[in-house]
Amino acid sequence: MDFYTIVQLADATLRMAIPLLLACLAGLFSERAGIFDIGLEGKMLAAAFLSAAVSFATGSVWIGLLAGIGASLMLSLIHGIASITFRGNQLISGVAINFLAAGLTVVIAEGWFRQGGRTPSLSGAARFDGIDFPGALTRIRDKLQASPGMQFYSELVSGHSILVYIGLIAVPLSWWVLYRTRFGLRLRAVGENPAAVDTAGINVVQLRFAAVLICGVLCGIAGAYLSTAVQAGFTKDMTANRGFIALAALIFAKWRPWHAMGACLLFGLFFAIDNRFQNIQLDALWVVVILVGISVLLTGYALRRDKIDVMVLGGLSAVLTAIALMLWVGVARGSEAGAFASLMETVKLPGEFIQSLPYILTVVILAGFGGKAVGPRAGGEPYVKER
Amino acid sequence: MDVMPRWAEVVLVPLISLVLALILSMVVIAAIGEDPFNALKIMANAALGSTQGIGYTLYYATNFIFTGLAVAVAFHARLFNIGGEGQAMLGGLGVATVCLYFPLPHWTIALVVATLASAVFGAAWAAIPAYLQARRGSHIVITTIMFNFIAAGVLIYILREVMKPEGSMEPASEKFAESTHLPSFYDMAQMFGWEAFASAPANITFFVALAMCFVIWRLIWHTRLGYEIRALGHSETAAKYAGIDPVKLTMIALLISGGLAGMMAINNVLGEAERLVLNATEGAGFIGIAVALMGRNHPVGIIIAAILFGMLYQGGAVLAQDTKIPVQMVIVIQALVIMFTGALDNMVRAPLERFFLATRKRAA
Repeated sequence: MDFYTIVQLADATLRMAIPLLLACLAGLFSERAGIFDIGLEGKMLAAAFLSAAVSFATGSVWIGLLAGIGASLMLSLIHGIASITFRGNQLISGVAINFLAAGLTVVIAEGWFRQGGRTPSLSGAARFDGIDFPGALTRIRDKLQASPGMQFYSELVSGHSILVYIGLIAVPLSWWVLYRTRFGLRLRAVGENPAAVDTAGINVVQLRFAAVLICGVLCGIAGAYLSTAVQAGFTKDMTANRGFIALAALIFAKWRPWHAMGACLLFGLFFAIDNRFQNIQLDALWVVVILVGISVLLTGYALRRDKIDVMVLGGLSAVLTAIALMLWVGVARGSEAGAFASLMETVKLPGEFIQSLPYILTVVILAGFGGKAVGPRAGGEPYVKER
Repeated sequence: MDVMPRWAEVVLVPLISLVLALILSMVVIAAIGEDPFNALKIMANAALGSTQGIGYTLYYATNFIFTGLAVAVAFHARLFNIGGEGQAMLGGLGVATVCLYFPLPHWTIALVVATLASAVFGAAWAAIPAYLQARRGSHIVITTIMFNFIAAGVLIYILREVMKPEGSMEPASEKFAESTHLPSFYDMAQMFGWEAFASAPANITFFVALAMCFVIWRLIWHTRLGYEIRALGHSETAAKYAGIDPVKLTMIALLISGGLAGMMAINNVLGEAERLVLNATEGAGFIGIAVALMGRNHPVGIIIAAILFGMLYQGGAVLAQDTKIPVQMVIVIQALVIMFTGALDNMVRAPLERFFLATRKRAA
C-alpha cells in the first residue's frame, strides 16, 4: 500500500465519518440533557429526503439544506412532545420516528416524483460540490505524481463539500458550548439531576426542548450531507443504519465531543474499508488462526466466569471453530496439496461479511472494549415535578 | 385506586389511539393526492371481502402474533427486543436446514421438528445481544438492530453459496419435500367440503400461534418464571432483593423472545413459501412492536392487534396494486400506531382520566 492509497483511504474515512459525527453530536446534546434518542436515523432520513426534494425543486442546495433541517426539527419536536411534555417512553418514541421517516419519505417521494420512492438526481447548484483550496490538485493523474505533502493537501484537506468542514467545526463548538457556557453546564446538569436544576429555578422542560432541537438541527445537516453531497439525490433507506452506529459511537465516546470525533472516524474507517476493499484475500491459515484464536480467548474468559458465560461464549466459540473447520475442509477438498499444505491457499472473504463488518464491530465495541460506559444519570427518565 | 374503569383502560385507550393514527394516515393519503375514503374501502374489501382475503389477513396475522408475543415477553422484563426481524430470519434458516437435510416423512413431524429448529435458531440469534445486555449492559436496542443487519448478511451468504440449487440464479433454497406441506386453510376447508380460502397462504400455523398465546399467558401470569420476569420489569432493585438473578432472568426472557420471533418462520417459510427466500420476513419483526404495544403486551390483545395489522398489511398490498399509494404506507400507519399507543399514551389517557374523574364526582 503506497502513501497515496493511505491518503485516499483517510479521505474516504473522513467522508464516511462526517454524517456519523454530526448525528453523534446530535445524540450527544440530546442524551446529555437526559433524552435518549433512538430516532437519529429517522431524522437523518427525513432530512435527506426533504433536502434533496427541495434542492431539486428550487435548484438551490442551500434552500434544500434549510428544508432538510426543518424536516429533522419537526421530528425532533414530535420526540420532544412525546418524551418531555407527555412523559412517554423515549425509546418507543424514537422507534416510531424511525418508522415514520422510513415510510413517509418513500410515500411522499412516490407521490411527488413517481420514480419508485427516490428523488430525481441533482446536479449543479442543487448539490454541494467539493471546495478546492488554492493550489490543490484536482486531477487524479496529477495527484498520483505529486509529492506526499501535496497529495495529503489535495486529497485529504481540500476538495470536500462545505458540510464536511462544518461537521469538523461542530466538534470544538459543541465542546465549547457544553463545557464553557452557562447553557452547557445547565444542559449537562439536567441530564444528571433535573430536580436540582429545577430547584435552582431553571426551567427543565425548556432546557430539554432546547437540547432536542439542537439535536434536530445537527441531524438535519447530517441527512442533507448524505443526499446532496455524498449522493446526488435521495434513495430509499439511504441512511443505512448510520443513526444507530452514531449512537454506538456516542456510547463508545462516553458522551464526550472530542472522543465522539475519534469514535466516528473509527467507524468511518470501517465503512471506507467496506467501500474500497470489496475483495479481501487472505491465506486460509490466517482465517483459521484468527477464528480459532477468538474462540480460545472467549472460552478462556468464559471459564473464569459463570455458567451463563460458558454457555453463551462457549456456544459462540463452537460456532466460530466450526466455521474454521468447514473452511479448512473446503480448501483441502479444492486443492491437490495435502490437508496442511492447503492452508496456504488464499481464500476470498465473502462480500457479505465485509459489508457486515461495521455492524459486527459496532457490537464488539458496545460489548465494552474500553471500559464500561455509564451514560447521563437521568437519561431516559421523564422528569416529574414534585407536587 | 384506578381512575378509569377497566374497560376504558383496555378498550377505549387503544381504540382512540388507533382512530387518531388512522385519521392522520388518511390525511397523509389525501396529501399525496389520493382519495382516502376510496383507499379505506379498497383496503377493507381486500382484507375482508372474500374468504381468500381473510386467508391472507390471517396468514399475516399469524406472523404478527409470533413477533408481537416476542416483543411482549421482552417488554414484561422491561427489555426492548427490536431484533425480531433478524431472529425470524434465522428461524427461517433453522426451518430450511431441517427441511432440506433431514427426512421428514409427514407434515406433523415436520411441524414439530421445524418449530423446535426455528425456536432454537431464533433464540440463539438473540443469545448474544441478550448476554451483552445482561452482563455488559450493552444497549439491547442497538445490538439487536445491528444483529438484524448481520442476519441479513448471513442469510444472503448462505442462500447464495450454500443452499442455492445448482444452476439456479435466484438466491433461494430448493423447494422442501412434498411430505412437509402443512395443511392450508384451503385444504382444511375442503375436508369439510367447503370451497373457500382458495390459494390463500393461511395454514395450520395459525392455530400453533393461538396455542402459543395461551402458553405465554400461562407463563407470564401463572408461573414462577413469569412472575420473576414481571418483577424484574417493574423494578430491578426490588427483584434483586427478592433473590432474583437479573442476569439469568434477562437471558431467559430474551431467549424466549428470540425463540418466539424465530417460530414465525414455520408460518412464512414452511407454511407459505415452502422454501427459504431472501426477505421472507417482510418486516414482520418490526410490526411485532406495534402489535405488542397496541395489545398492551397481553396475548388476547396481541391476537386482536395482529389481526388488525394483518388486515392493514393485506389491504396495503392490494392498495399498492390498485392505486399509486406505495406499500410503505403500511409503515407510516405502523409508525403512527406505535407513536400513539406507545409514546403518546399519556396524551390520550390524561383527558380520559379527567373525564372519568368528573363523571365519578358527579355520581358521588
